[in-house]
Amino acid sequence: MSSSLLQSRAPPALSFSSSIAAANTQWRFTSAPAVTFTRRTKNYTVHAKIREIFMPALSSTMTEGKIVSWIKSEGDVLSKGESVVVVESDKADMDVETFYDGILAAIVVPEGESAPVGAPIGLLAETEAEIEEAKAKAAGAGSSAPAAPAASAPSPPPPAPVAATPTPVAAPVAADGPRKIVSTPFAKKLAKQHKVDINKVVGTGPFGRITPADVEAAAGIKPAKSSAVTATATAPPPPSAAAPAKSSPTFAEIPGATIVPFTTMQAAVSKNMIESLSVPTFRVGYPILTDALDALYEKVKPKGVTMTALLAKAAAMALVQHPVVNASCKDGKSFTYNSSINIAVAVAINGGLITPVLQDADKLDLYLLSQKWKELVEKARSKQLQPHEYNSGTFTLSNLGMFGVDRFDAILPPGQGAIMAVGASKPTAVADKDGYFSVKSQMLVNVTADHRIVYGADLAAFLKTFAKILQEPDILTIKLNYAIVCCMVMRINLDCNSCCRKMRRNILNMKEIEKHLIEKQQNRVSICGRFKPSDVAIKLRKKMNRRVEILEIEEMTTHYEAQQEPQIINHYKY
Amino acid sequence: MQSSISLSLSSASPISVRSDGGANSAAPDLFFSNSSTPNQLRFCGLRREAFSGCKSSNNAVLFKQLRPKTKISASLSSNGNSAKGFDYDLVIIGAGVGGHGAALHAVEKGLKTAIIEGDVVGGTCVNRGCVPSKALLAVSGRMRELQNEHHMKSFGLQVEAAGYDRQGVADHAQNLATKIRNNLTNSMKSLGVDILTGFGSVVGPQKVKYGTVGGSETVITAKNIIIATGSVPFVPKGVEVDGKTVITSDHALKLETVPEWIVIVGSGYIGLEFSDVYTALGSEVTFVEALDQLMPGFDPEIGKLAQRVLINPRKIDYHTGVFATKITPAKDGKPVQIELIDAKTKEPKETLEVDAALIATGRAPFTNGLGLENVNVETQRGFIPVDERMRVIDSKGELVPHLYCIGDANGKMMLAHAASAQGISVVEQVSGKDHVLNHLSIPAACFTHPEISMVGLTEPQAREKAEKEGFEISIAKTSFKANTKALAENEGEGIAKLIYRPDNGEILGVHIFGMHAADLIHEASNAIALGTRIQDIKYAVHAHPTLSEVIDELFKSAKVKSDVSSAVAEPVPV
Repeated sequence: MSSSLLQSRAPPALSFSSSIAAANTQWRFTSAPAVTFTRRTKNYTVHAKIREIFMPALSSTMTEGKIVSWIKSEGDVLSKGESVVVVESDKADMDVETFYDGILAAIVVPEGESAPVGAPIGLLAETEAEIEEAKAKAAGAGSSAPAAPAASAPSPPPPAPVAATPTPVAAPVAADGPRKIVSTPFAKKLAKQHKVDINKVVGTGPFGRITPADVEAAAGIKPAKSSAVTATATAPPPPSAAAPAKSSPTFAEIPGATIVPFTTMQAAVSKNMIESLSVPTFRVGYPILTDALDALYEKVKPKGVTMTALLAKAAAMALVQHPVVNASCKDGKSFTYNSSINIAVAVAINGGLITPVLQDADKLDLYLLSQKWKELVEKARSKQLQPHEYNSGTFTLSNLGMFGVDRFDAILPPGQGAIMAVGASKPTAVADKDGYFSVKSQMLVNVTADHRIVYGADLAAFLKTFAKILQEPDILTIKLNYAIVCCMVMRINLDCNSCCRKMRRNILNMKEIEKHLIEKQQNRVSICGRFKPSDVAIKLRKKMNRRVEILEIEEMTTHYEAQQEPQIINHYKY
Repeated sequence: MQSSISLSLSSASPISVRSDGGANSAAPDLFFSNSSTPNQLRFCGLRREAFSGCKSSNNAVLFKQLRPKTKISASLSSNGNSAKGFDYDLVIIGAGVGGHGAALHAVEKGLKTAIIEGDVVGGTCVNRGCVPSKALLAVSGRMRELQNEHHMKSFGLQVEAAGYDRQGVADHAQNLATKIRNNLTNSMKSLGVDILTGFGSVVGPQKVKYGTVGGSETVITAKNIIIATGSVPFVPKGVEVDGKTVITSDHALKLETVPEWIVIVGSGYIGLEFSDVYTALGSEVTFVEALDQLMPGFDPEIGKLAQRVLINPRKIDYHTGVFATKITPAKDGKPVQIELIDAKTKEPKETLEVDAALIATGRAPFTNGLGLENVNVETQRGFIPVDERMRVIDSKGELVPHLYCIGDANGKMMLAHAASAQGISVVEQVSGKDHVLNHLSIPAACFTHPEISMVGLTEPQAREKAEKEGFEISIAKTSFKANTKALAENEGEGIAKLIYRPDNGEILGVHIFGMHAADLIHEASNAIALGTRIQDIKYAVHAHPTLSEVIDELFKSAKVKSDVSSAVAEPVPV
C-alpha cells in the first residue's frame, strides 16, 4: 500500500496515441494502455470503504518520516494522483500522492510530527457518509496506539488545570512536589526539533521557566548554533571519512568540546557506514593516463559537459562489458545482475553526503548525461531528489581529484558491488615499453568491491577496459543520430492558463516538433518529432523559465523506402 | 632508469631529456609551465590624457538649474463663508485621519469648516496606531533582514551581528508620529480650518458644544455635523491593564520595554504586526486566539500561507479556541498570569505565566459623552448606527438630519483610510452631490514581513454570495516565485489570489501575501472602485521588472468567458 501512494507515471496512453495516429507514418507505442485499464478496474472492485494512508518508505534507509505539511485538510475531496501530504525523509522533502479517489476523512498524524514507515498517517473515506466512521476510527487509533508516534513526538507539557498556588517568589522552583512546567515558545520548538523531552529539562529562566538555552544545553548544543552552519562546501567529507567510530563509550571527555547531533542525513550516512562493515571488501588500484581525456574535456566543456559526466559515461561503458562489477550480492548466496547501469555519484552537501544517480548512464549520450547531472545536482541542493534518484545506484563514483587528492580508498555502500575512487590527474614521469621517459598526466583510480561476487581478476579486467576508454576517449562522444524520430514526455509546471498558452506558442515555433500534447492538469507535455531530446528540453526550460523534467524518451528508426514497421531503438524512462 | 630521471630534473635544459620527439613533445612544455609570464603592460597614463579634455564642458551641461515656476497661492482666505444663520457650514468632532480628510475636502468644496479636538490632532492613526507602528515595523523588517545570515549570504553580503538600541527605536516611532501630526495640523491651518480645542458634544440639532472639562464651554451652530471620534483599544473584562506588563497597543507603541516573552491576545492585524516587531527584536511570542484558527478575517488560503511564513518558523506558539478570562499584571515578584478557558466548553484550560501581555482584541468605539441622547440616538455596543450614506439613525430608525458619523465610531470598517473616504463621501453629499462609498473597494493591509493585503471579498464570502445570487466564481493565483523583481530581492515567498466572476469579468476580491503587498493592492482596489472588468484591465501595461507584474500576471491568468467588455458598473452600496 505504501508504495502505491507514489503516483505511477503512466504515460497518457489513450489521447497521446490517438493524436499520433493522424500522422502518416505508423508508429507503435509501448505505453501499453492495457496496463492502465486493468489497474483501474481493480480499483473499482475493491470494497474497502475506509482506506488508511500509510507513511511511505521514501528510501531504503528511511525508518520514520516527518509530516512537513498536509496539503489537503480534513474533508477535502481527493482525486487519484493529487498531492496530499509533504513528508520529510532522511534525504528529501517529498509530496506524497494518493492513489485513490475519496475524501480525506481524518488526519491521524498532524503536521510537524513523525511516524514510523508503514504507520497510518491519515484516513481516506470513499463517501461522505463514511467520514464519521473514519473519524471514530482515527480517534480510536489515536488513543489506543500512542506508541506509534511516541518515538519522536514529545508529549506536550501536561496542562495544569489551574495554578492553585502561584510559583514561589524565588526564581528556581523547589524540586519537591509536582512541578508545573513552563517553557517558552522557542524552547518548545527547539525541544521538538532536537527530540528533547521537555518534561525532563530543568528551567533556569525567570520564574523557573525553560528557556531555549536550557533546551540547547539538554540537547548538547552550544547556543551559538548559527556558526555551525557556515562551514560547508569547502570540506566535503569523502565516504570513508564520514564513517563514525565513536561507538565506544570509554572515550575520555575533553572539556569544552562541542557536541553537535547528526542531522537526519548524517544519521543515515552513519547507519550505512556501520552496515558496510559486514561486507568483505578488497581494493584494486590502476593508473590511467589522462592527456587525451583532458584534451577531450577542454573540447566538450563549452557544451556543458562536466568531468563527472565523462567519468560516469566511461564507467558505464566499461560496466557494459563487465556486468559482474555492476552486480550486487543481496543475500550472500547469489549474484544479482542488474538490468540497468545506474551510476551513483557521491556529492557532498551541507555537511552531509548524498549520491544522486545517473540512471542508464550507458544508454544516454554524453550531453544528455551532463544535462541530467546538472538537474540532479540542482535537485540535491534544494532537497528535491526523489528516492529513485538517489537510491537506485548500481555502481558508485567518488571523485576527490579536484582537491588534489592523488589516491584514496572508498567504502563500499551496502547493496552495491563496487565503488570507484578517483584521484587527481597529475603530471607524472612515465616510461614506455621501450624504456623512453616522458611526462604525462596520470591519475590513480582505486576500486573497492565486494569480494563475494567480484574477484580480483574481474576488477582488473574492468579497470583495464575503463582505462582503455579514458585513454582513447573519443568513443565517449559518439552521438546518437537525431535524424531518427523521437517522442518525449516531459513534466513541466503549468499552473496557469497563460503559461499553457505560452507553452503551446513555443512548441508551435519549434519546427522540429511535429506533434504535441499538452496536459495542463497533469503538468505534462508530450512531443514527437526529429529532435535531440536534451536540446528541446533545455530550450523549453529557458523559454518557459521553469523546470522541465524529462519523464520518458522513445526513439525509433523509420525506413521510409522499405515501408517497414518502425523499430524502437531506445526507450528511456526517468 | 633512476639515473635518467635525476638527469632530466637536474638538467637546466629540457632538450637534454632523451626524447624521441613526436608523442613526447609535450614534455618540455610541462617543465616550463610554471615559469612566470611577463607582467601585463598598463597604459593608464595615456588614457588619462584622453579624458582630461572634456571635464570642463561636462560641468556646464550638468549644472544647469531649473528654477521653480509654480506660484504658491496664499490659502488662508480659502475657507469659505458660512451659510446664513450658522457659525459654520461643517463642524467635525474629532481630528483624526477621518476628520482631517473630511475637513480638507470640505474646504476644497468651499465650506466654512471647524474641527474640534479634545486631545491631539491626528487621532489614533497618527499618534497611537498605524503611523508609529509602521516606524517599528520598518525597524523590525531591517532587523529581520540583517539577522538572516543565509539571506544576506545569498546576496553575497557579510554583516556583523545586528543589534538595536531600544530607546532609539522608540524615538524613531515617536519622532515620526510628531512629524506627521505637525504636517496634519499645518495642512489644516494653512487651509484655514478652525481648530477648536476641547471635547465636543452634540447639544441639539445642528448645535455643538465644546470646551474643556471644568472649563468654559462654547456652543456653536453648524449646518452639518460630522462625528468622527474614533475608537480606543478594547479591553475585555477580567483584564487588568497596568501599562507596564499588561499593555494595549497604545503602550506597546512607546516600546518602553522589550519583554523576553510576551503573550499577544488576538491574532488580527494588530496582533500580527506586533508579533513581527517583537520577534524581530528578540522576544518570544505566544498568541491567544478565541477562534479556532489564527488570523481570522483573512482569506483562509492566505492565512494558511501566512501562518507558514509568519508564525511557524518564528519564535511563536499559539493557543487557539481559548479566551483569556483573567489577566493579572506582574507584581510582588510574580509574573504576568493569564487564565485561559476553552472558548466553547468554558472550562478552564491553562494558566500562562509570562513577562508581558499585549491586548490586541480589537477596538471599541469612543462615543461616550457625545450628547447623543439630545438627538435621540442610541448607540449599539457603542457604535453609532448609520445608513449607507453615513447619516445617523435615531432610536426610532429615522434619519437624524444634518448629522453624520464616520470612521471607527460607526464600526462599518475600522480603517483610517476608510474613515477618510467616508468623510469625503459625506462632504460630497452636503455640498449637493449624492455619493455612496463602495466599501468593497477599500483595501486593507497588514504590514508584516512579508506584507498581507486584501480588497473585496474573501473566498468563503464570495462563495456564499455566489450561491445566494446564483452566479459562478473562479479563482486565479500567481506566485511571487515567478516574478523577476521578487527573485532579485530574494523574496520569492508569496502569492496573489484573485476571486472573480468568469461570466462578466467582475473582480470580487484580491488577496496578496508577499513583498510590498500593501502597495500592490491598489491596482485591484481601483479596478473594483471604478468597476473595471478583468477583460479590460488585463491589457494595461506594467513596467518590467516590477512587482506589479504579479498583479498583471494575475489578471492575465483569469479566464473570462465573454470577452465583450461591459459598461462601467455602478458602485454597489454597502
